[in-house]
Amino acid sequence: MSTDLEKILRPVDNPAPIFPPKYMTLAGGETLVIRQVDRDEIPDILPHVEPLIHVERDFYDIVAARVYAELLGYYRYRVQDEYVLVAQLDGELCAVVNGRRFNPEVGVSLHTLSLRRGLRVGAHAFAAKMEYHFDYLKQKEVLIVAESPIGFRRWMIEYKLEKRFETPHELGGVPSFALTREIFERVRPTLLTGHRPVPANLLAKAKAKIMPPSDPPKPPMDLMAATRSQSDNTGSALLLQRQVLGGQPKAVAKPKKAAARR
Amino acid sequence: MREVYVVGIGITSFSRLEYPLVEIAGYPAMMALKDAGLSSVDHVYVANMGAGRLNKQTGLASAVVDHLALTPAGAEAIENGPASGASAIKQGYMAVASGLHDTVLVTGAERMRAANSLETTDFVATLTHPLAEYIYGVTLPSLAGMFTRLYMDKYGVTSRHLSMVAVKAHANAMLNPFAHLHELITMDGIEDGPDAGTNNPMVADPLRFYDCCPVSDGGACLILATGEVAKKLKKPMVRLAGVGQATDTHAVHERKDPTEVTAVRLAAQQAFGMAGFKPSQVDVAELHDAFTILEIVESEEAGFFKKGEGHKALEKGLTKIGGQIPINTSGGLKAKGHPVGATGVGQAHEIVLQLRGEAGARQVKGAKRGFTCNFGGFGNNVVCLAFQREG
Repeated sequence: MSTDLEKILRPVDNPAPIFPPKYMTLAGGETLVIRQVDRDEIPDILPHVEPLIHVERDFYDIVAARVYAELLGYYRYRVQDEYVLVAQLDGELCAVVNGRRFNPEVGVSLHTLSLRRGLRVGAHAFAAKMEYHFDYLKQKEVLIVAESPIGFRRWMIEYKLEKRFETPHELGGVPSFALTREIFERVRPTLLTGHRPVPANLLAKAKAKIMPPSDPPKPPMDLMAATRSQSDNTGSALLLQRQVLGGQPKAVAKPKKAAARR
Repeated sequence: MREVYVVGIGITSFSRLEYPLVEIAGYPAMMALKDAGLSSVDHVYVANMGAGRLNKQTGLASAVVDHLALTPAGAEAIENGPASGASAIKQGYMAVASGLHDTVLVTGAERMRAANSLETTDFVATLTHPLAEYIYGVTLPSLAGMFTRLYMDKYGVTSRHLSMVAVKAHANAMLNPFAHLHELITMDGIEDGPDAGTNNPMVADPLRFYDCCPVSDGGACLILATGEVAKKLKKPMVRLAGVGQATDTHAVHERKDPTEVTAVRLAAQQAFGMAGFKPSQVDVAELHDAFTILEIVESEEAGFFKKGEGHKALEKGLTKIGGQIPINTSGGLKAKGHPVGATGVGQAHEIVLQLRGEAGARQVKGAKRGFTCNFGGFGNNVVCLAFQREG
């Protein structure tokens, strides 16, 4: 009985072509491998996405939370026609991108999560996702939204996307932008790169293990939190200056409100 | 006039600093006070370009002097576009040299990343001519792109030369813990390899992604004092030996030859003239490379190389650390970062560090004379400084 119910809850089985892995040389000379991952690998990715939910910077919190849910949805068979690509440097997880087929002709871009900033890793991974929709799934267009100004600049401006504002996007129901095949062909020479087949040793290393990101985005750095916490925030920082110039911080006075509560 | 010495320095990381602008100005100032061993100064200058617009804060100098508990010292903010930093140092120089004050603190600070990159690009573009440039959509990258194309056509500079500047800057920034970009890049990755086109896409033809500086937050501080004060503090004696400033037409197209950056030439000549040494005697320089082309151009206009030969010097490695005249050892604006109002102070900080022999892995051996070029507007307001180690 429970097995039958699970069949109802699961998405319809709808096989799709596989994204053939590719590789490229980054600005720093490293080799990036982008490949599709199967459900079995999702548990290896989730632990590296979860910490980013707590990074209140560049909308990492909301993007990571949604990616986590989407990956879990894929793993638990609760999303129809989803796929996940990863970008890896020497096995290290650098980016996760995902999307799904809305119907045979229209794709939906879900998220692009960069776990390594700089070197345009996220841009390469996003371009690979679009390549998958157009060159392998043979779709006519992909609906896209941005959840951060960085995403807006990268997708809406760099790709010069078309407005599809009459179509609410699956992510929050906000107006969609569309990457059409015509636009994709226009940007292909400048924004899409990659070589196939991936050398066997590179691909084997990527598949052997999804390694944790070596320098993931972190919560905002607050270099002066320690000193600021010991002074008021009105600007009268005589105490603060004494501490810095004196080298050793003085004992921290307990906040008045906290003391009052006790 | 009295001689003026740099007796204290401080700096923040140039990156994204998510705390109030007043603290970005205050932190390096406290470090500089500590470095100098001072607890008060006579006057404070705060260099900043965007507080009113990007951070919705005016009267920044009053806030900073109070934050630092330096009241009742006089305080004022200096806004001169991206040359605000060196302009503020110039004001500090004049105050000490004239006898008005004995000790002056000059702190530069900017918090640009409080706004998104579109707003920031527009904010910086407001320094262009409002009726002849800005209203037509001109931005600094677009002006620099047109300038670069002219320079390429006239002097044979190529995209490859620009990439060489970027690779050098990123390599130097790897040696600077305060630099914004800690990313090694290679000629293969951004210029020669099969994926270089997508790694390094066009921004404003012919300038590409790695030809442009990042948008940074950051602060830097210098404390200037008389020779008498400097001797008492027992720090290495670095003298601010020369100051030069020149302007040019606001609209770039009104210049007889836009490839001639006359204001840099004149400001550098003034600075060297006052300092009493020649460009050929300079050991290390920080030039305002908001775009890679500017390092090449300024290296010529400042007198380090003949006009049109900066790119040839680059090819020969003369501007690398260990070369004839190391340029932008800090990583420059290109990789150290460009918090506009703080940039000129940051450049001076690097030179003082070098002349003190405290620049660590990027130290230029035996450096005794240094130079900075802080390029405001698009070459329409330039401040150059010359420094000399004594003793």
